[in-house]
Amino acid sequence: MRIAILSDIHANREAFDACLAHAVRQNVERYVFLGDLVGYGADPQYIVDRVVRFAEEGAVVLKGNHDEAATRGANDGMNEYARKAIDWTFNALDDASRKFLGELPGFVEEEDRLYVHSEATAPSDWRYITDAATAERSMRATIQRITFCGHVHIPQLYNMSPQKPAQYFEPKPNTAIPLIGQRQWLAVMGAVGQPRDKNPAAAYAVLDTTKKDVTYFRIAYDMQPTAQKIHEAGLPAILAARLFVGR
Amino acid sequence: MSKYDIKEGDVIDGFVIGEQLHTGGMAILWHATHPDIESPIVFKVPKILEGDDPTVIVGFEMEMMILPRLSGPHVPKVYAVGDFATMPYVAMEFIRGETIFPTLERAPIAVDEVVSLGRKISTALVDLHRQKVIHHDIKPSNIMIRPSGEAVFIDFGLSRHLELPDLLEAEFHLPMGTAPYISPEQVRQFRAEPRSDLFSLGVLLYHLATGERPFGLPRSTQALKKRLWRDPVPPRKIRPEIPAWLQEVILRCLEVKPANRYPTAARLAFALQNPDSVRLTQRAEKISRDGVITVFRRWLKVRALPPLESHSIGAPSASIVMVAVDLEEQYHYLAEALLDHTKRLLSTMSDVRLACVNVNKISTVFMSDPFDEQGRNVHIQRLVELRDWARPIALASDKISFHVLENMDPAEALIEFAQSNHADQILMCARGAGNYRRFLGSVSSQVVARAPCTVTVVRAPAPVSEKAPAANEMAT
Repeated sequence: MRIAILSDIHANREAFDACLAHAVRQNVERYVFLGDLVGYGADPQYIVDRVVRFAEEGAVVLKGNHDEAATRGANDGMNEYARKAIDWTFNALDDASRKFLGELPGFVEEEDRLYVHSEATAPSDWRYITDAATAERSMRATIQRITFCGHVHIPQLYNMSPQKPAQYFEPKPNTAIPLIGQRQWLAVMGAVGQPRDKNPAAAYAVLDTTKKDVTYFRIAYDMQPTAQKIHEAGLPAILAARLFVGR
Repeated sequence: MSKYDIKEGDVIDGFVIGEQLHTGGMAILWHATHPDIESPIVFKVPKILEGDDPTVIVGFEMEMMILPRLSGPHVPKVYAVGDFATMPYVAMEFIRGETIFPTLERAPIAVDEVVSLGRKISTALVDLHRQKVIHHDIKPSNIMIRPSGEAVFIDFGLSRHLELPDLLEAEFHLPMGTAPYISPEQVRQFRAEPRSDLFSLGVLLYHLATGERPFGLPRSTQALKKRLWRDPVPPRKIRPEIPAWLQEVILRCLEVKPANRYPTAARLAFALQNPDSVRLTQRAEKISRDGVITVFRRWLKVRALPPLESHSIGAPSASIVMVAVDLEEQYHYLAEALLDHTKRLLSTMSDVRLACVNVNKISTVFMSDPFDEQGRNVHIQRLVELRDWARPIALASDKISFHVLENMDPAEALIEFAQSNHADQILMCARGAGNYRRFLGSVSSQVVARAPCTVTVVRAPAPVSEKAPAANEMAT
């Protein structure tokens, strides 16, 4: 089975559509959304509508910190731009969408995998995975062999064998990486809708459960209309500008 | 006893286990068959003992990651790998014949045989490195020769795929390799240097040529380090009949600094295939090891070596560029355009080897006369003209070579040369675009269609006075 794993869509319609179109060409049969469907971007209602339909067809959909905030108001950890975007998003969503986001689970376990938005020790604390130490902490918090998470907007891959520290690997796009052996793997997805690794292309990955490998992809899309809509919505200008540089 | 105990007659994922083939330090090999696979199969299972060396497990994991991603004649074909959680195994092609280990036991062997093996193994390394894999354990027992002549690498337990996580580097802080063959950078635990394999191949060629090991058989990590400062006895001192060019090649492979070795396996293969192209330096003439003071200085320096930096595989900076020159007088304007293009290309690259090639087309029907109307030897005359064509390029003599190929089919000759010399790029001219060429296919179009590498076809307008016949051709 080929599973597309998408995280941090952040209401970016163009990036989302580009990734989904690519995933169809990749013969993906199942979808997993690791949270942060909304926040920052100008198309929250469109994204939620589409993801609701995926959920009805059996997709895994998790709650991210922005999804939580969009239903309850901004939380303390958010910067000024994120707060403004959340206030705007709250009003841009209909009641049913807010209810959908509010009822999403914080994590899901499936076969040998854990899906979670952020670091796994305390999913609701929204911690970041930024290095081998934080990755190791996350892997030690689960018995699952493979963890998929997002939240930092930077694609990363870690592996760890028993009694050894976690090791970082920078995944090369379009290369199938086998998640082999008696070791744990932690695959951090980049962001679909707001990459921050200085590469503005949308990021997602495909897991092949038969071949037991994961392939990271970067999908170029036209971000001009995305930025335009952010401006028109009166959202902070930086949220549009950063899309072009991937920071 | 292996933790994964299997016996003859067992059936694992459809593979029927046959007789035991071999028990190595890390794995047990079994003969096997599969109803869907016609050729004989080797079934490799890790040998995991209680409390055993964890490198065995990780090495097997690496092999399971890398082997299925490789293809071509220089690696065994893989049919299936087993899940590590249940039954780890690699089911692969059974390669007939032996490793070259028995050849090593006969060393020193004939110089021609050393060169021939060197060509085969370096050619196999070109292919492996192009697939982004460093073998890291080049030694006789890991190399087999197919009945068709190609060298095949087996055992990828210490290998590194440059686009996959390196599980070994991450977990073990010890030099990994086989003591006599391990490169200085592997001794320093650096695992991202393709030229490490050239060093190990140099050790192998040295041993085959002289019957002795260049760095002995060290038994401790400390003893392994000696190769960082102590140079080997020059091969010609042990066996004077070894040609100077071969000593040059072997000692260049054994340079401590990767930057002083051949930049790529392709360049080593080129040297072994074209001994005339090897520029002899002091390495070729060396008859004794370096003096005590030089060695002591090197020893002092080793203690303050900077960290190693990775060198990408097949960097364009170390390419082999083949330029096919048309020497027909009426097409002088094409030769000039090709020269301009070649100079422009070279100015954008560093460390290029340029192979200038001309094809002397021989007839299928008539006996070709080796002498022209003026009584000159055609082959030599072509070489002279080729050198003259290349003179303005002004490359050092060790960076340029000249080849006149005799063939009935020029396209075939060029493609074959590009293949066997691992050219990264071919530059050539197209004579024109008349109807005749369109239907029969020009040499350049055949080369473009079939060459294994990048091909650039240079076109140039014919000077005005020479345009007339072309216009006629179009009118008919």
